[in-house]
Amino acid sequence: MTAIDPTAHLTAEQIEELGRELDAIRDEVIVSRGEKDAAYIRKVISAQRKLELASRGVLLFSLFPPAWLLGTAGLSVAKIMDNMEIGHNILHGQWDWMRDPKIHSTTWEWDHVSPSEQWKHSHNELHHTYTNVIGKDNDLGYGIMRVDEDQKWHPFHLGQPLWNFLNACFFEYGIAAYDLELGKNLHKRRRNNPEFRARARAVGRKIRKQVLKDYVIHPLLSGPSFLPTLAATFTANLVRNIWTHSVIMCGHFPEGVQVFERRSIKSETRGQWYLRQMMGSANISGSRAMHFMTGNLSHQIEHHLFPDLPSNRYAEVAVKVRALFEKYELEYVTGPLPKQVFSAWHKVFRLSLPNKKPKVKTPDREGELVAA
Amino acid sequence: MTSAALRSRAWKLLEMVTTPLLPSDYLDLVSPLRAGADLRGRIEAVHPETGDAATIVIRPGRGWRGHTAGQYVRIGVDVDGVRLWRAYSLTSPTNRQDGRVTITVKAIPDGKVSNHLVRRTKPGTLIQLDQPTGDFVLPQARPAKVLYLTAGSGITPVMGMLRDTEFDDVVMVHCAPRPQDVIFRSELHDLVADKKLRLTEVHTDTDDQLDIARLDELVPDWAERETWACGPAGLLDAAEEHWMEHGVQERLHTERFRPGIVVTGDGGEVTFSATGKTVDADGATPLLDIGEEAGVLMPSGCRMGICFGCVTPLKAGAVRDLRTGEITEAEPGVLIQTCVSAAAGPCDIER
Repeated sequence: MTAIDPTAHLTAEQIEELGRELDAIRDEVIVSRGEKDAAYIRKVISAQRKLELASRGVLLFSLFPPAWLLGTAGLSVAKIMDNMEIGHNILHGQWDWMRDPKIHSTTWEWDHVSPSEQWKHSHNELHHTYTNVIGKDNDLGYGIMRVDEDQKWHPFHLGQPLWNFLNACFFEYGIAAYDLELGKNLHKRRRNNPEFRARARAVGRKIRKQVLKDYVIHPLLSGPSFLPTLAATFTANLVRNIWTHSVIMCGHFPEGVQVFERRSIKSETRGQWYLRQMMGSANISGSRAMHFMTGNLSHQIEHHLFPDLPSNRYAEVAVKVRALFEKYELEYVTGPLPKQVFSAWHKVFRLSLPNKKPKVKTPDREGELVAA
Repeated sequence: MTSAALRSRAWKLLEMVTTPLLPSDYLDLVSPLRAGADLRGRIEAVHPETGDAATIVIRPGRGWRGHTAGQYVRIGVDVDGVRLWRAYSLTSPTNRQDGRVTITVKAIPDGKVSNHLVRRTKPGTLIQLDQPTGDFVLPQARPAKVLYLTAGSGITPVMGMLRDTEFDDVVMVHCAPRPQDVIFRSELHDLVADKKLRLTEVHTDTDDQLDIARLDELVPDWAERETWACGPAGLLDAAEEHWMEHGVQERLHTERFRPGIVVTGDGGEVTFSATGKTVDADGATPLLDIGEEAGVLMPSGCRMGICFGCVTPLKAGAVRDLRTGEITEAEPGVLIQTCVSAAAGPCDIER
């Protein structure tokens, strides 16, 4: 958190006006959702399935290096598509309006060791509601890192560059542990909680299925290519993990992103909630292919403002949102992927060491709003 | 090991390969109409019938079990990207050689699905299908004399019967605003020319609405005829009363396209607890519509309280049956038909 609140120049009335303008942007998309959007997501799903099938087919002959390379690349892309543009966004309910039971947040399952049901709770309900609120949003360092000066330092944080690297490599397991709130629930008293045990069993089942498919059945089907296929599926999972971890780090950790204190969200208005999402997220700039491979989470700011709008519409929404940032003199944090990844990693290294506690003054808008 | 057991083993293995998806998710990409798939159909042609009605030719999937003349089918159509379910009468004969079936749809004002089907649907479109259903059908034993009493699109199930089964003595009384509004008019007149049908058209724009008492004059022996009637509620209510008065109600068979909504009350806040959504509902709108509007995945069917395709557990609160006014209160195991139930105070629907 910077010592100066970058929203201090806004009055309570301006913040509510900003909220109304954002509502209007949202409504424009809602009323224009239609056939083209539906065709888009169906096309992406169908392309992903064909790519995955083709890649796994090619990998049956992974003994031949060109087949290994092609199959591994294809499978990596297919897994990224499954998790990002398809899974993440469907599980957000972005496509629920189509009323297609096959493409719905309540029925979808993804290529990931965390069951979609558990991920939806920790991600949609906790992270998206309490975005960047210290002590409420566990995405702020995932409970293993300090990513803001205001978070308390502990000697454990000295190792956080290593923790972050390991988390990147095995990100899907990190997320599963995180969705289970393992840190909290492995505590003696909670370990035997039947609800926790049931959820842990569900994760166990999901891991078993995923591992069996990627590391046993597919290699076995490859016959003499058993080992190369095993290496290929491991590599594809690794690539997917590092990629998604990088994209997600860029969403909230780069320099310039704000965090908030618990008390600052007490009796938060709609406008203030919007403002927190605007200041608490960062975008990635790049080509259309780049946006697609990040599942349009490169439009993290727009996604946090409107988590349930179809992802293919974030690009057009971004133009209008950016204009609002300018109008209200707020900083739109964005940059190319390498720059943002570097910025996030830099912070992870920097904050592994303790720092002086910064003095922050958050304006008391509650009183102001009553006065207005 | 039996071949069935082998097949099920092989399928299990296939599921392990495709997890978290199902083998059918991949098969659907290439063969959506195959046996074993969710029942779908492909629209192969759209033939205009009148200015606002069209016949849709559908190739049903392999799982289609076939229909009985007079039955309807529920179809799920994507309109502006949103899947909507409606029921339409089948108008093709049951012995059609090419395996296709037809429905005939009249575009009603503000009808999202009917207007889409009549005016915008393109051949090649996939739709969702249910098995045909409905008991507005001909009996096993052939009646000697038959009367078909229809109005507007109420002719559609009857056309399915006319095309399917010939009788020695068939009379039809059909109401439509103008001659050009009569669906299947030329085919009906061909039947008349072949002496297979006696037809009276009542054109309600120039003549008056059909007074049911005029039947004595149009079809003097109506009371002796086995009668199938389909049309707006007003006509059917009058017919039921008339047949009852003459003590021949067992000869009258009716089909309604819409639920007769008679009672409404105060609404309330509706919670869809599985989805975690809460919305305000008035006392006249079916909970099915309320849920769909809120983006909840509601099962749906005939939308008129017949097929029970929409039943959903009521977890808390109370709902009112829009047809009877009857109140149902939540108890463990209570299921409600969301298409004909409205909120009667705050309630919680398990969706």
